[in-house]
Amino acid sequence: MSAPLLEVSNLQMHFPVREGLFLRARAFNRAVDGVSFTINPGETLGLVGESGCGKSTLGRCITRLYTPTGGSIRFAGEDITHMRPRTLRPLRQDIQMIFQDPMESLNARHTVGDILEEPFIVHRIGDRVWRRKRVAELLNIVGLPARSATRFPFEFSGGQRQRIGIARAIALNPRLVICDEPVSALDVSIQSQILNLLVDLQREFNLAYLFIAHDLAVVKHVSDRVAIMYLGKIVETAPSETLYREASHPYTQSLISAIPVPDPHRKAQRDVLRGDVPSPINPPTGCSFHPRCPRAEPRCSEAEPGLAPLTGNHAAACHLLARSG
Amino acid sequence: MALLEVDQLITEFATDEGLVRAVDGVSFTVEAGATLGIVGESGCGKSVTALSIMRLLPQPMGRIAGGSLRFQGTDLARLDIPAMQKIRGRRIGMVFQEPMTALNPVHTIGRQLTEGMLLHKVCEPANALRAAADMLDRVGIPSPDLRLGEYPHQLSGGMRQRVVIAMALACEPDLLIADEPTTALDVTIQAQILELIADLQKRMGMAVIMITHDLGVIAETCEQVVVMYAGKVAEQGSVFDIFDRPAHPYTRGLLASIPRLETEAKSRLGVIEGMVPGLRDLPLGCRFENRCTFAVDRCREQLPAPEQVAAGHAVSCLRWQEL
Repeated sequence: MSAPLLEVSNLQMHFPVREGLFLRARAFNRAVDGVSFTINPGETLGLVGESGCGKSTLGRCITRLYTPTGGSIRFAGEDITHMRPRTLRPLRQDIQMIFQDPMESLNARHTVGDILEEPFIVHRIGDRVWRRKRVAELLNIVGLPARSATRFPFEFSGGQRQRIGIARAIALNPRLVICDEPVSALDVSIQSQILNLLVDLQREFNLAYLFIAHDLAVVKHVSDRVAIMYLGKIVETAPSETLYREASHPYTQSLISAIPVPDPHRKAQRDVLRGDVPSPINPPTGCSFHPRCPRAEPRCSEAEPGLAPLTGNHAAACHLLARSG
Repeated sequence: MALLEVDQLITEFATDEGLVRAVDGVSFTVEAGATLGIVGESGCGKSVTALSIMRLLPQPMGRIAGGSLRFQGTDLARLDIPAMQKIRGRRIGMVFQEPMTALNPVHTIGRQLTEGMLLHKVCEPANALRAAADMLDRVGIPSPDLRLGEYPHQLSGGMRQRVVIAMALACEPDLLIADEPTTALDVTIQAQILELIADLQKRMGMAVIMITHDLGVIAETCEQVVVMYAGKVAEQGSVFDIFDRPAHPYTRGLLASIPRLETEAKSRLGVIEGMVPGLRDLPLGCRFENRCTFAVDRCREQLPAPEQVAAGHAVSCLRWQEL
């Protein structure tokens, strides 16, 4: 087996919560709290979780928009956890990002041509003629007409803007693209166009994706493996087929059961999860899911379960599973 | 008699570039106690339909330009403002997508909850807070008496939406219009809220209009479904008609484009090529014509009228029988 492209181990991102006159850190928001995973070249890892579980923060740590407060990130064998911006720059070609709202991530005052040309200028690649040609190529790859280059982002619909965001992300032939909720702002019929495009691009350019989203059905559709996050930690990870058929962690099970199924014959009696997600500033003791868990036992509030393998590539962090396994 | 009969509703907006018809000849009925879903993508007119029924169109740009909205025998489209105010919030309640914008940040939960009850005189001022606490309890908010004195920012998103639902239901309306009530919420919280609405509906016997873009929510909650596209009804029928025997190419396209948990990973999803036409340059014929794989010349020229597929199932497509 080839070496993993991305290796994240025990990653932590604790944001200080500053209060008072001298803005001392009174507490820490444990947005990402000890997360480990790998992504192989050409593979998609889906990362699912509800708002505030730390999935976007994790994505931003990997692109080094944030510097993690603990753990390590290795990309293609190199430790990039604390790399300085100057040494990081060449690596930025290899790790790109697609954001949720393309209207906010595209400069409204630049033409689409300028937006797509910028990565080449920043990284000093090609001359003007070559760059313009490459922009036309990129537009063609993502299914936009070449004349789009002279237009501004506001002239496009949401789905087309996301295509522009994708074109910019793949401009420098990256090896890893972090997709942070790339389709959640889009209508269903447009969403499927973008998902198909992402799958096509992956096949064509051997891209690896970290696909972050709250919609398990969408994530399962595009991913080889899926990791479920809850309150800054991964609670279960498995190949996407396995995850759906043999979901083991009580949180994953309730997450799957909560998804409304587009089939009126299956108005399922579901186990509705009670309560809200606790605050990551003051997480519960023991297993962070225990206050909402329908199967919690006394020990769940005492000791924190680690991510333990169940079978093959399937692992879950739950005391109840460790016993039976 | 149906609780609400919407007949040929036309809603227009005056914009800088002229008159825009956001809703164009929409008809449907809601029976007492039943749930009707309106599904469609952004800009299809589903929310404008709801705002028309509530007579809450943005003023002075929006107006009902035609058709009727018969609610318990009264045409809401022709009511004057004081008469409409007696119905809005009393007989028809509404829940909006974003609970934070539906709540006033500077008033306590208690004040916002009792406002409607006092205005519509459904309870004595002395008992209002008691009734408000009861209502919070019914929507599943723990320690309701404490919550009455709190402000919206002190609650989580799911709790805020519960408060908004409590406000909409405080006067025990006959019809609840829920416009994307769970879109801003996480899936586990969405499940809680949908269960809550269904439960309260059963207990209070009210009808619900559920407006959403999520076909899963429609399948889960509705008996009747209206599929809207670019201001018109593309297809309507029972939830089984729509999911088992969709007749309109748009409905079929929508159903094919949703990723489901059962579909094979990385398989190709169905797509509807292109995008919704702008309301300023609508095609002459069928509004779906430019994206429809079955469109022929007459689709470009002739506007399809609703045709009956079976009892209670109607489709607006010239070629539905050939497909």
